[in-house]
Amino acid sequence: MNTSPPIGATTLDQLSLGATGRVLALGNQGAERRRLFDLGITPGTLIQSEVRSPLGDPVAYRVRNTLIALRREQSQMIMITLDLEETIV
Amino acid sequence: MTPAPQEQLLNAAAALRRDLGPDLHDRVSEAIYTEATQIANRTISTDSRQAAFRLDRTVDQLVTSRLWGFPLMLLLLMAVFWATIAGANVPSRMLADLLLGTVYNALHAGAAAIGTPVWLSGLLIDGVYLATAWVVSVMLPPMAIFFPLFTLLEDLGYLPRVAFNLDRLFKGAGAHGKQSLSMMMGWGCNAAGVVATRIIDSPRERLIAIITNNFSICNGRWPTLILMGTLFIGATAPPALASFVAAASVVTVAVIGIFTTLLVSALLSRTVLTGEASTFSLELPPYRPPQVLRTLYTSLIGRTLIVLWRAITMAAPAGAVIWLSSNIMIGDASIAAHLVNALNPFGWWLGLNGVILLAYLVAIPANEIIIPTILMLTLTLNRSQLAQAGVMLELDNNLVYQTLTQFGGWTMLTAVNLMLFSLLHNPCGTTILTIWNETKSAKWTAVSTLLPLLLGIIVTFVTAAVARLVGWV
Amino acid sequence: MSDELVTPQASSLPHAACNTCPAYTNAQLRKLGLDVSGWDYTVALAGNPNTGKSTVFNALTGLRQHTGNWAGKTVTRAEGGFRFQGKRYKLVDLPGTYSLLSTSADEEVARDFLLFGQPHVTVIVADATRLERNLNLVLQILAITDSVVVAVNLIDEARRHGIMIDERGLARDLGVPVVPIVARRGEGLPELLSTIAQVASGAIRPRPRHVPLRDAALERAVKQLVAQIEAVFPNLPQAYWVALRLLDGDASIAQAVREGTIGDLTRGQAVAPIALEAA
Ligand SMILES: Nc1nc2c(ncn2[C@@H]2O[C@H](COP(=O)(O)OP(=O)(O)OP(=O)(O)O)[C@@H](O)[C@H]2O)c(=O)[nH]1
Ligand SMILES: [Mg+2]
Repeated sequence: MNTSPPIGATTLDQLSLGATGRVLALGNQGAERRRLFDLGITPGTLIQSEVRSPLGDPVAYRVRNTLIALRREQSQMIMITLDLEETIV
Repeated sequence: MTPAPQEQLLNAAAALRRDLGPDLHDRVSEAIYTEATQIANRTISTDSRQAAFRLDRTVDQLVTSRLWGFPLMLLLLMAVFWATIAGANVPSRMLADLLLGTVYNALHAGAAAIGTPVWLSGLLIDGVYLATAWVVSVMLPPMAIFFPLFTLLEDLGYLPRVAFNLDRLFKGAGAHGKQSLSMMMGWGCNAAGVVATRIIDSPRERLIAIITNNFSICNGRWPTLILMGTLFIGATAPPALASFVAAASVVTVAVIGIFTTLLVSALLSRTVLTGEASTFSLELPPYRPPQVLRTLYTSLIGRTLIVLWRAITMAAPAGAVIWLSSNIMIGDASIAAHLVNALNPFGWWLGLNGVILLAYLVAIPANEIIIPTILMLTLTLNRSQLAQAGVMLELDNNLVYQTLTQFGGWTMLTAVNLMLFSLLHNPCGTTILTIWNETKSAKWTAVSTLLPLLLGIIVTFVTAAVARLVGWV
Repeated sequence: MSDELVTPQASSLPHAACNTCPAYTNAQLRKLGLDVSGWDYTVALAGNPNTGKSTVFNALTGLRQHTGNWAGKTVTRAEGGFRFQGKRYKLVDLPGTYSLLSTSADEEVARDFLLFGQPHVTVIVADATRLERNLNLVLQILAITDSVVVAVNLIDEARRHGIMIDERGLARDLGVPVVPIVARRGEGLPELLSTIAQVASGAIRPRPRHVPLRDAALERAVKQLVAQIEAVFPNLPQAYWVALRLLDGDASIAQAVREGTIGDLTRGQAVAPIALEAA
C-alpha cells in the first residue's frame, strides 16, 4: 500500500454534502471491507455524498447509482480524492 | 501417520494462500467490478443523467432533514393511527351490532327452538361463538385499515428512511441500525420481526434485536391499545378531538416501546452482550409509487384475513375454556371466580385486577384474545348484577365502558396500566417458539420471554404507586 | 382459484414482437400455488435485494409472498409451483444477496441454495436502474453455474428515469439469455417463462462469460486447489467456489471441509442458529 496520500486526498466522511469524490483505497478490514467491495465501493469508484441523517450520522452516499448509508466509523476509513469535475447524478 | 485428506487439502490451501498474499478478495472483487463496469458502459445509455432521481433526492432531503426528519416520522405514525381509529369506529360498531346482537340472538333463539340443552348452547354460543365474534369485531376493522396503510408506506420506500434516521440512536445503544427494520416488522407480528433480524450480520447485535422485538406492539396488541385509548383516554376529550387524543395515546405507547427498545438494547450491549459495533450499511431504495388498489387487496387478503384467522382459531378454544371455567363451580364460586379472587391482590399492586391477569394467562398462546377474555370474564363474573341492571350482551363501546367501570371497577389507572402491560409482557407462544428456532438457546429464549414481563411488572407497579401517592385514583 | 392463465400480452418492450411467435402464443401458465409435487425442474430466483424476486415468484405461482420496497424483505426460502407447456416447475424464492461472499444469515440461505441446491435453472432478477451493481452478483453466479437466465426487472422505472438498456448486447456480453420484464405488471413474463423452459430442456445452452481473474498466479492456485478438492470430494458441485473461499481464508468453509460437511450446506432449510457464547 502506498505510503502517503496524494495531494487532495481525504477520507469519505469529510466529503461535504453534494460533493463528489473518487475512492482511492479502503482501510476497512475483514467482513466490513468485503461488504463495501460487494456494494461496489471499490478503488476508482465515483462516490457522492447525498443526504445526512437528522442526528448527523450516518450519511447516505450515491455510488454506482445506488444510495448506501454508512456510519462515520466506516466512511472515515475510506480514502478518496476530491473530484471537482465530475458529478454522478 | 499421514494427516487425513481433508487436512492435506486445507494445508495445501493455506500454503497457496501464503504465496498469494492477503488481498485476494479485493483482487477478485475488483476484477469482477471492472468487468461489470465495462458491460454496463456498453449496454446502458442514459438520456438525461441530470434528471434521474432528482425528485427522490429532494424528498430525501426533507424526510431526513434535521428539522423535519423526526417530526415527520411522528406525524406519519399519528396519521396512520388516527385513520385507523377514526375509520374503524363505525364499522366496528356495525360489526358488533351484527355479530354480538343480531347473530348472537338468532343463534340463541335457534338453539332454543331445536331444544339444545342449556349447557351446550352456553358453551357453544356464550363461549366459543362470543369469543370469536368479539375478536372479529375488535380486530377486523382497525387491522383492515392499519395493514394497508403501513404496507403503502413500506411499498413507497419509507421504512429504510426511518432506519436511516434512527440509526444514530441505535448506535448509541450499541445496536445495529437495521434493528429498526425488524422493529417495524414487529409492529405487524413479533414472530415475523424476530425472523426479520436475519438481515443483521453480527450475532451479538442480532440477539439484541431479537430480545427487544417484543417491545414492538404487534397486531394482537394494537386492538387492546386502540380500545383502551378510545374508551378511556379519547373519551376525556371533546368529541371532535376524541379520535386524535385516542390516536395520540396509542402512538405514545408505541413510542414508549421504541424508547424501551433503545434502553434495553443499551443495557444488554453494556452488560451481557458487549462487543464491537459491526459493519453498518443500509441501502436506501428509490421511492416507488405504490400500486394502491393492489396493495389494499393483497394486504387485506394476505395479511388482515390471515391474522384474523389466527385470532379466530385461538379465540374459539379460549372461549370454551372461559365459559367452562366460569360455569363449573367449586364450592360457592366458579373456577374463574376463584382464580380472579386469588389474582386480585397482586393485580391491585400493579394497578390492574385479577380479571386482567387471568386474561394474560389465558392469552399466552396469542395476545389477540385479551380483550374478549377480559370482557367475557367481567360479564360472567358480574352476571347477577348485570342482569339486574338489564345490560345485554350486545355491547357497544358505551356499554363496554359502563360494564368495565361500574361492574369491573376499572379506573383510568386500570386502562393506562393495561396499555403499559400490553406493551410490556411476555411474547406470545408463537414468538417464543420462533425465538427458540432462531437462537436454539434456552437461555436467550428465557431472557427474551421473562425480561419484558419483569419490566412490565415493575413499570405498572411504579405507575400505580405514583398514581395512588399523588391521589390520582 | 389460482388457475388463472397468463396469456402473452402486448407489451411495449423490445421483445414484444416475439409475442406473435407460435411458441409464445400457445404458452400457457398454470399457477400451482404451494403444490410442488412431482416437479420436472427446479428454478431458483436469485438477485440483489429489492429487485422484485418475490414479485416474480408471486406472479408465477399465484402465492402471496410478502413484498416491500426495502432490502431484506425476504429472509427465508419459499417454494411454489407452476406448470408451463406441460412441465411442472418448482420455483424457489430466495432472500436477496449482494454477493456470494455474504455474511448475514438471510444471505447465507440464498448462497447455500445457489451453490449447493443445484437448481436446474437460476433466474437472476436484476434491477434495470442499478444494473452495474447487480452485474457484480450476476458475474459471480455465472462463475458457478451455466443454466442462468437474467431477468432485467423494473424496466418501467428505468424508462421513467431515462435509462435504456440494450438487452441484446447484454445477453451477448454475459453469454446467457436476458429478458426485460416489469414484474409488477406481468410484462415480459411470458418471454421469461419460455426462456426458462428452453434453458431447462436444453434447447438453449447458455455459455456464460467467466470473468478472467487477471492474475496468473491466482489462476494457477485456483486450478491446483480445484484439482485437489475434486480428488477429496468427487461429487462436490462447486469446487471452484470452494477453492476461492479457501484461498480467501474463509474459516467457516474450512471448517465444513474439515468435517466433510461441505456438501451438506445444500439441504438445510434452516439457517445456522446464532452462535454466540455470551460472556
Ligand atoms: N415499478 C415497479 N416496481 C416493482 C416491480 N417489481 C417489483 N417492484 C416493487 O419493488 C419492490 C421490491 O419487490 P420484491 O419482490 O419485494 O423484491 P425482492 O427482490 O423479493 O426483495 P428482497 O426479498 O428484499 O430481496 C416492491 O415494492 C415491489 O412492489 C416492477 O416491475 N416495477
Ligand atoms: Mg423477496
